[in-house]
Amino acid sequence: MTAVLPTRPERPVGGRLIDQFEYGLDAPICLTWELTYACNLACVHCLSSSGRRDPRELSTAEAEGVIDELQRMQVFYVNVGGGEPTVRPDFWHLLDYAIGHDVGVKFSTNGIKLTKARAEQLARTDYVDVQISLDGATAEVNDAVRGTGSFATATRALANLAEAGMKDTKVSVVVTRENAGQLDAFKALTDSYGAQLRLTRFRPSGRGADVWDQLHPTMAQQKDLYQWLLANGENVLTGDSFFHLSAFGEALPGLNLCGAGRVVCLIDPVGDVYACPFAIHEEFLAGNVRSPGGFQRVWQTSELFADLRSPQTGGACTKCAHFDACRGGCMAAKFFTGLPLDGPDPECVQGYGETALAARDASTVTPRSHLDHSHTGPVRGQPTMLGMPGIPVKICDESPLAGADLR
Amino acid sequence: MRGVLIDGAAVASPAAPAAGESAPFDPDLPWQRARSVALRPEPFGALVYHFGNRKLSFLKSKLLVSVVESLADHPSATATLVACGVPEAQRGAYVKALADLVRSQMIEARAPLPPTARRLPAGPCSGAGLEEL
Repeated sequence: MTAVLPTRPERPVGGRLIDQFEYGLDAPICLTWELTYACNLACVHCLSSSGRRDPRELSTAEAEGVIDELQRMQVFYVNVGGGEPTVRPDFWHLLDYAIGHDVGVKFSTNGIKLTKARAEQLARTDYVDVQISLDGATAEVNDAVRGTGSFATATRALANLAEAGMKDTKVSVVVTRENAGQLDAFKALTDSYGAQLRLTRFRPSGRGADVWDQLHPTMAQQKDLYQWLLANGENVLTGDSFFHLSAFGEALPGLNLCGAGRVVCLIDPVGDVYACPFAIHEEFLAGNVRSPGGFQRVWQTSELFADLRSPQTGGACTKCAHFDACRGGCMAAKFFTGLPLDGPDPECVQGYGETALAARDASTVTPRSHLDHSHTGPVRGQPTMLGMPGIPVKICDESPLAGADLR
Repeated sequence: MRGVLIDGAAVASPAAPAAGESAPFDPDLPWQRARSVALRPEPFGALVYHFGNRKLSFLKSKLLVSVVESLADHPSATATLVACGVPEAQRGAYVKALADLVRSQMIEARAPLPPTARRLPAGPCSGAGLEEL
């Protein structure tokens, strides 16, 4: 019997860059690196189900080894996140280590550690970008999903950074049904701190799957968002995450392509490499940086990534007139809503996603990640969106019985 | 910037301030890859990264990569194109691509070296090799 190796399509010579990207790069353009699953917050829509530290997280020496490798591979910058990356005691050391090795860092934080002194330190450091997460332009909207006090923490950090003269701070917003009407308010808030607004798409990843039905933008909101991005896109970052909206008509600026395993990936806190930050699931696990050959071998030789590095040729979407605009949308959004990966995105703006969601039969079980680092006990300022009673910020602020359920 | 040979800003860089004013491109002067720029080889050409302004650009031809890398070895950009074997019919497109790279500060003017002090290293563009690398 002769083994027949599956043949993969050959990379074309020349042509559009997007067509080249479909076949992957020798190293990621940038990658997301989550340093810890530990987080002081318990956001209802956390993409990585963070909360508690994982005992297997990379040590300082191992993290330095990853940075050395990224330098060798000429990965010029990483998006660092978590969990809350700044709660790692070696965070500031790793930041300096990366910058010293030609790996620029953009890190996402809820702002908990960004004191005046840290803000001044960051303002003095070249090659670092800070991104403050905020999911409401008002405390009311933000705190319902991110937790009581989190708006105040984020805006205090923004004020400290602005005061220290930090340039190009980003305010990063996940667009939800609750905040989609606040885009102008977000822009105004961001401008008031001399910062730059970044809007990204809400995906049903991690705990996001639990609240996706309630929080993902409606079709009307998607249309408004698309128009808003066309009008304001020059000054607003999106991480190219809204490419599914391009099927409304004119393409949005940026890379209108799923970059998972092709030009981006995720290194999680224990060193596992996934195709994308929104795909923490065994199905998208390519390897671990601790294995022989490290990250480079995973990126360059994983079977999973090889599979992802070819253009989609089959499935319902390839027959759609808008396929070249949206390329079928977001892989993670399809996967975690139980839809086939070669079919429409659940938020397909042509309406095919809604049809596909409705057509799932009753036996469809949506995939769940094998990982969950969510806090198991009550969290200070716990979000109230799910209708649970909030835990007061300080339990004895008013009376010893404040917040206690006496029923 | 989007063209046949170069594609720039296709992917948002964390901070990409607008390029400052720079000298216009004269192909008869000596040029070099900017000192704060790194080229990362890719199957289709190269990724170009500027550590100063953090701009990302893509060279979509391996021949153009060779040209950019060997600018410093030749007395002028025109001489580099000849040495790298860029076909006559494509020289205009290459000059335009180099001008774009000057505008985005990926290549910079170089002080001419005294002619006697130079020896060209053996490299992709050192011979009369016409093969596309």
